[in-house]
Amino acid sequence: MEFLLEPIEYEFFRHALLAALMVGASGGLIGVYVVLRGMSYVGHGLSHAAIGGAVIGITLNLNFYAGACAMGLLAAFIINKITKNNKIKLDAAIGIVTTAMFALGVAIVSKMRNFKQNFEAALFGNILGITEQDLMIIGLVAFFTLITMFITYRALLFSTFDNEAARVFGIKTDSVQWLFSLLLTFSVIASLNVIGVTMVAATLIAPAMTARMLTDRFSSMIISSTIIGAVTGVMGMYLSYIFNVASGTTIVLFSVSVFGLSMLVKPLRNAYRSRQY
Amino acid sequence: MPATLHSDSPLVPAIKLTGVSARYEQNVVFDDLCLEIAAGQFAGIVGPTACGKSTLLKIILGIHAVSAGQVELYSYPVNKVRPGTIGYVPQLGSVDWNFPVTVEEVISMGLYTNGRIWPWLSKQERACIRDLAHRLGVDDCLKNHISDISGGQRQRTFLARALINNPKLLILDEPTSGVDIKTQHEVLHLLGDINSGGITILLTTHDLNAVASHLPWVICFNRGIVAQGRPNTIFTNEILTKTYGGDIVIVKSEGHLLIANSTPLNFIDEHS
Repeated sequence: MEFLLEPIEYEFFRHALLAALMVGASGGLIGVYVVLRGMSYVGHGLSHAAIGGAVIGITLNLNFYAGACAMGLLAAFIINKITKNNKIKLDAAIGIVTTAMFALGVAIVSKMRNFKQNFEAALFGNILGITEQDLMIIGLVAFFTLITMFITYRALLFSTFDNEAARVFGIKTDSVQWLFSLLLTFSVIASLNVIGVTMVAATLIAPAMTARMLTDRFSSMIISSTIIGAVTGVMGMYLSYIFNVASGTTIVLFSVSVFGLSMLVKPLRNAYRSRQY
Repeated sequence: MPATLHSDSPLVPAIKLTGVSARYEQNVVFDDLCLEIAAGQFAGIVGPTACGKSTLLKIILGIHAVSAGQVELYSYPVNKVRPGTIGYVPQLGSVDWNFPVTVEEVISMGLYTNGRIWPWLSKQERACIRDLAHRLGVDDCLKNHISDISGGQRQRTFLARALINNPKLLILDEPTSGVDIKTQHEVLHLLGDINSGGITILLTTHDLNAVASHLPWVICFNRGIVAQGRPNTIFTNEILTKTYGGDIVIVKSEGHLLIANSTPLNFIDEHS
């Protein structure tokens, strides 16, 4: 019990724990749609675009989040526009748009070396340096994501499963797609300081993939993925403290290990079922 | 404000297309198309692959824009029709069968038009799903994943989703493809029962024999209407050849039509 209570005595760890819990839960929730809509690469791309924006934001003496948000939304807008006519596939559009924005950020960093530390924190995460302002932003994004996902559950499920039929049933699928892109961009940006650009995608995808291994029911997948995201975030933080390894990396490695274990569940379940009959 | 449809008069056509043209960018799919489907009709559209059948359905469903002309459902422009008036069953081939949804969750998607925001189902909604599933014979598999049911049950599940709002018009894209002959017969028989309850049905299919034996009205389509009428009057060599562009053999036996292409039975022997 002591190993659970000891780190909580430190304020930085309490901040980190809370941030990992919220980022994990909201990433797990939104990740279900990311995986089922075939947008796994989008989270990865958006985080790269956002970092370019963050660097420009800092250069212009703006807030880190303001620049990241503006560039993330711009990337989402351009990607949606480019892929709308189906001539260019989503993965190609993400590759070209987000890499260009990331490259812009790197170019500025290489020219102006005064914010190199900030840049590294955003690349690899700096969960132990989470400020109260960061916590507030993460909390707001998690709350907004939860409420929006709750209200739009039926429209999101229908349009994710069968976009064409959803339109016939009166769902404004384009608006749903825009809203989802907005939520995803906010979630990715809120996770940047916690996990880092290089590992954000895993926090979105791993909990959802784990939940998919455990259930065939959509509502159960949503709940499981959110819980798995939150638990792996918190557990990853503790493991990071115990083994003295970078926190973002530990969260991702733990999350992926849980997914690996979940892959055993389906064959075991099938074997159990076949023994019953 | 979206129009609520009340007119059940057979004089008001369920579907009316006037001078409709459809394009994909610069490619014209069809031009100046006029079509009327009477209310209460059970009609099928037949034609070769890439003849514009699916585009025609999408235009009627209001999800593909016309480049010219007007589309009306029960005298209202298609974009003013209240959601839930049309029930739609997509091609089963386009469904992602690994998607984590149960039969009950698929049927409940149709209830979106209720305007209820809560993610979970109300008691009333649950009862409505159970009743409809019972009527269509899928009540035993409501908790099953969609890939764990038979082809016939899959078709009935999507049919239940389309019927849950009591639509006036039911549109099905290739409901007979990908299922065996017995299931084809069951599905078309079930559609016949639904139609006799007053719902107008329009479907597309490649199966001419199924159409000949189950549907009272057929539209032969190939980038325009080639002919339309009762199967026994329009399924002629001339019309089918014009529709499909190849020789078709029609055999009439004891009041039934049997349609096949003119490939001789020794074709395989000659080419093996």
